[in-house]
Amino acid sequence: MSLLELTDVTRSVRLPDDRLLHILQGVTVAVDAGEHVAIVGRSGTGKSTLLNILGLLDAPTTGQYLLEGVPIGTLSNGARTKRRGRDFGFVFQQFNLLPGRTALENVSAPLLYARGRQFWSRTRLAAEMLERVGLGDRVDTMPDKLSGGEQQRVAIARALVRGPRVILADEPTGALDVETGGEVMDLLDEIASQTGAALVTITHDLAVAARAERQYRLAEGILLPISLDTTSEWMGDVPLVADRSSHTERRLPDAEVHA
Amino acid sequence: MTGVVGAVVEAWGELRIHKLRVLLALIGVACAVTAITGVTALVSMLNQSFTEQTERQSGRSVTLNVNAWPQGAQATAPAGWDEAFGRVLERYDITYASRDEWTQAAMRFPDGTRSTQVRAVDADLGVINRIVPEQGRWFTGADEEALAPTLVVNEAFLRASGLTDLSSRPTVQLGDRAPVTATVIGVLRDEWPGAEPSAFVLYEHLHRWIGPDGSGARSGGSGPAVADPMMPVQVPAMLLWVPAERSAEIGESIQRDLQATAPGWQVDVMDNHWDDGGLDRATKWVGIGVGGFALLLGGLGLVNIALVTVRYRIREIGIRRSFGATSGRVFFGVLLESVVATVVAGLVGVVLAVAIIKNIPVERVFGGGIQDMPPFPFSAAMVGMAAAVAVGALAGLIPATFAVRVKVIDAIRY
Repeated sequence: MSLLELTDVTRSVRLPDDRLLHILQGVTVAVDAGEHVAIVGRSGTGKSTLLNILGLLDAPTTGQYLLEGVPIGTLSNGARTKRRGRDFGFVFQQFNLLPGRTALENVSAPLLYARGRQFWSRTRLAAEMLERVGLGDRVDTMPDKLSGGEQQRVAIARALVRGPRVILADEPTGALDVETGGEVMDLLDEIASQTGAALVTITHDLAVAARAERQYRLAEGILLPISLDTTSEWMGDVPLVADRSSHTERRLPDAEVHA
Repeated sequence: MTGVVGAVVEAWGELRIHKLRVLLALIGVACAVTAITGVTALVSMLNQSFTEQTERQSGRSVTLNVNAWPQGAQATAPAGWDEAFGRVLERYDITYASRDEWTQAAMRFPDGTRSTQVRAVDADLGVINRIVPEQGRWFTGADEEALAPTLVVNEAFLRASGLTDLSSRPTVQLGDRAPVTATVIGVLRDEWPGAEPSAFVLYEHLHRWIGPDGSGARSGGSGPAVADPMMPVQVPAMLLWVPAERSAEIGESIQRDLQATAPGWQVDVMDNHWDDGGLDRATKWVGIGVGGFALLLGGLGLVNIALVTVRYRIREIGIRRSFGATSGRVFFGVLLESVVATVVAGLVGVVLAVAIIKNIPVERVFGGGIQDMPPFPFSAAMVGMAAAVAVGALAGLIPATFAVRVKVIDAIRY
């Protein structure tokens, strides 16, 4: 049994002119515990919608989503919210740190919604997590006094502080330079593998995607497994080989990948 | 448990972050709570001042005034009237009581001997009528055993004696046929401008040294007045401070008892019970009205600022939802921010009210000191706090509802 399992999931919205916009179509994917999966695709292809569905922030229009074998559709809103807090950690492109709160307060914020020992020990747990991401000396620093890389590390610490089963990273390096982005991904990979959490990364950075064990490409709402030829110079001319013969992709042009 | 504590911690954190807007929003609430609490306290003080002034005139509530009148011209003074007074106190367990007899006594002033009004009472009258001398002191039980009479006089008496204070321990000669020297121990304020000299003397002293006719001719101890063919026969009135809830019952019983002691006399018992609740209620409602209006204005300001702040915080609310904050928790959190803020404002308001009330120049405001300062009205503080919490909850409802309706995905991208 996979940790996450989407089967023929669609997501549609009705536009003001009453037309239906199909954002996701027949998405089928499974993610196991401890696995790192990357999803690439250009803007507007439904990457974030897929991530929101995976993270229980949104619900599929049709199809089935099993979380540890439990159909999500059968859970109440409250139960979904509680599972989201307990089982998922989010890392956003713009960090989304809470303004006016120190790094420590930001990291301990998710623990305000925890129970028992996690709740009562939230300050200690947050400090330990900041230490773990290398910011033990910045606990009382406000986000606006931190560099981009440091802010993202705070965001990672915040995503991991409740010990989630799944880390959902939406363009985690999108606002960082290449070097800092690499460091952040090293950290994310390292902590995810140490904690056994599954890591689902949405990115248009192929170097980031290449770190994953499996890669998918989302195009026009359709999710396709791909493999990146990591032995070639794919940062410039990206060779992509689709696994499905019916959806053969020879390569994803720069303009499309980096959009 | 953790949910409630977490919500409070979260609300407090929000308030800490948004100190300025909280401060601005809460000034009105704090002022309103100060108004409600302060006005209620002032009403209590005003009421107490009014009560004390009334009690200075007619005694504590309830004081029974016992008077006896001869039914015919040939009536003789009832024997054992003073003993009957003692029995009444014992039987009805009355702690404070005084006999009250008015007479005239010859007193020697620097400009000659004058007939001066003397009121013979027991020391308890000081408690019953809240008598506080301007100078010196009122009688005590120990004065009854003194070897010479003592007097508490009015300011006019002191002026007529050519004195301004008691530093010289003044004495005065009483009586004309057998003068006795009395020591002035206290001075009371004149009851009205141009008042004639008058003095209080202990009832026992009157009968021991001065005589009921004020001549100084001793009557041989306490007891009813000696009959004088030229003077109407009289017995001292009795002033008895009794519990208000039993005053009517005790009054009837005392009337029966004393009537039996004084055949041929008409014994009347009157009480000084009055209802001063009207003033209290009216001023209290004015206070609540003023405070309520201020609370309404403060609450509207709070709603306005809270709504603006929630719009500003949509993204933050979305982020918190991604942490697992349920819609109930978001609703409760935003509501609680408002409530926690108004509770703090309420506390500030109560503290302000206490500070103001404790520093009021009571003498100047109420035209006289308050002997028994009423305690700070705890109930008013509670009413103020409850009103602040209610306003906080109402003011928080609208932004909390708004916060819950925010779609998580849209909020995160906001």
